Amino acid sequence: MEEWLYIQNEAAPALFRGFWVSVQLIIPSATLGLLLGILVGILRVFGNRAVSAAANLYVTLFRGIPLIVQLFVWYFGLPYWNIYLTPFTAAILGFSLCSAAYHSEYIRGALLSIKRGQMLAAHSLGFTRTQTIFSVILPQAMRRALPGCGNEIIYLIKYSSLAYMITCIELTGEGKILASDSFKFTEVFLLVGACYLVMTTLATLLLQALEARLRLPGFEHRSF
Amino acid sequence: MPESLLAVLDALPYLLEGSFITLVVVLGAMGFGFCLAVPLAVAQVYGPRWLRPLVALYVWFFRGIPLLVFLFLFYFGLCTALDINLSAFTVAVVVLGLISAAYQSQIFRGAIMSLPEGQLKAARALGMSDAKAILFIILPQALRLSIPGWSNEYSIILKDSAVTYALGVAEIMARTHFVATRTYQHMPLYAAAGAIFLVLTWLGIRGLRYLEEKVRIPGYSHHEF
Repeated sequence: MEEWLYIQNEAAPALFRGFWVSVQLIIPSATLGLLLGILVGILRVFGNRAVSAAANLYVTLFRGIPLIVQLFVWYFGLPYWNIYLTPFTAAILGFSLCSAAYHSEYIRGALLSIKRGQMLAAHSLGFTRTQTIFSVILPQAMRRALPGCGNEIIYLIKYSSLAYMITCIELTGEGKILASDSFKFTEVFLLVGACYLVMTTLATLLLQALEARLRLPGFEHRSF
Repeated sequence: MPESLLAVLDALPYLLEGSFITLVVVLGAMGFGFCLAVPLAVAQVYGPRWLRPLVALYVWFFRGIPLLVFLFLFYFGLCTALDINLSAFTVAVVVLGLISAAYQSQIFRGAIMSLPEGQLKAARALGMSDAKAILFIILPQALRLSIPGWSNEYSIILKDSAVTYALGVAEIMARTHFVATRTYQHMPLYAAAGAIFLVLTWLGIRGLRYLEEKVRIPGYSHHEF
């Protein structure tokens, strides 16, 4: 009974607040990350040599360095050059840049999997290069990249817990504060874990629905 | 020499000691995860009907919750509740291992399922028991096929190991933060930490690619198809 009252009166409101902050972190980061990832992916495949080399370097760096180190660079490192970010901004910046690097990898693969003839066919119909990329190649490639990008978004939901390490108090942070006050570490962190499980499971289902909805009959990816 | 470079050079031996600890955590977690993942994968493919959803449940649970939450749950929660005294280092290895087992089991499962089904039938026809066939026919091939997926897993665990800093494991990240707060040279030091991680990722991936070449059986690789 006492446990239940604790959950109802103290844990639930705090965790709900944290949950909301987490959502506010995840949605902009996922959106920005995906958009930037698409841009970087296109530059890597269709950019000239210098541009694609620069984009490759970006991806190598951001995939090779742990996200937690990146977050520390944005939050504790940038003040070295007199740039001060709030924990919330630093977290969104870190998440977007890191997940864009991963997204671009899936999108690059998908762009390369579209047959070259399509580019030529569009040219012969009078499309410019940019028009072809955005209205012919990308819509097909995004459908193929969706499973990979979806995984990346699920990773992002879980990695959003790292925002706590740069003092942005989201779900995990609220959990830590609650647990340190009441010493109910097991109960609180099981609840926090359950919240994340709900988020990741919901995201999985939503992404599956999106994939089904975007499927074009006759354009399924077959491995020839 | 600029102050920032001096700070990095000063800290370098200390950070490299940390990278030794990082590597021990990563190898321990991957080894523990491997020992758990192989039976899980075999159970999910060949196990009895009641066992398969349980493995799927394990995978869903450990893939759906962030590492940081598991670290707090085990270190501050379960260790206190069950009254067992484990060091932060041990908890880091166990938690990373449990999570990695969930991911590794899916790598192995994919590899097992990619083998032609005829192999198991052929083994049975030669009089092998199922256990023997899985142990001596299926797994040696499946594990070879899993090496590329495994090298991805290595780079993920390596980067995730930086999160164990939250428990106070004295790995690269913890040491960098410690030196940075003392010298105020945050940017150069984190850049150095990032560089160490890049080198470790690169070395590990090269090593696993070498292993892949080394254990390849001519004529049995998937490269040709």
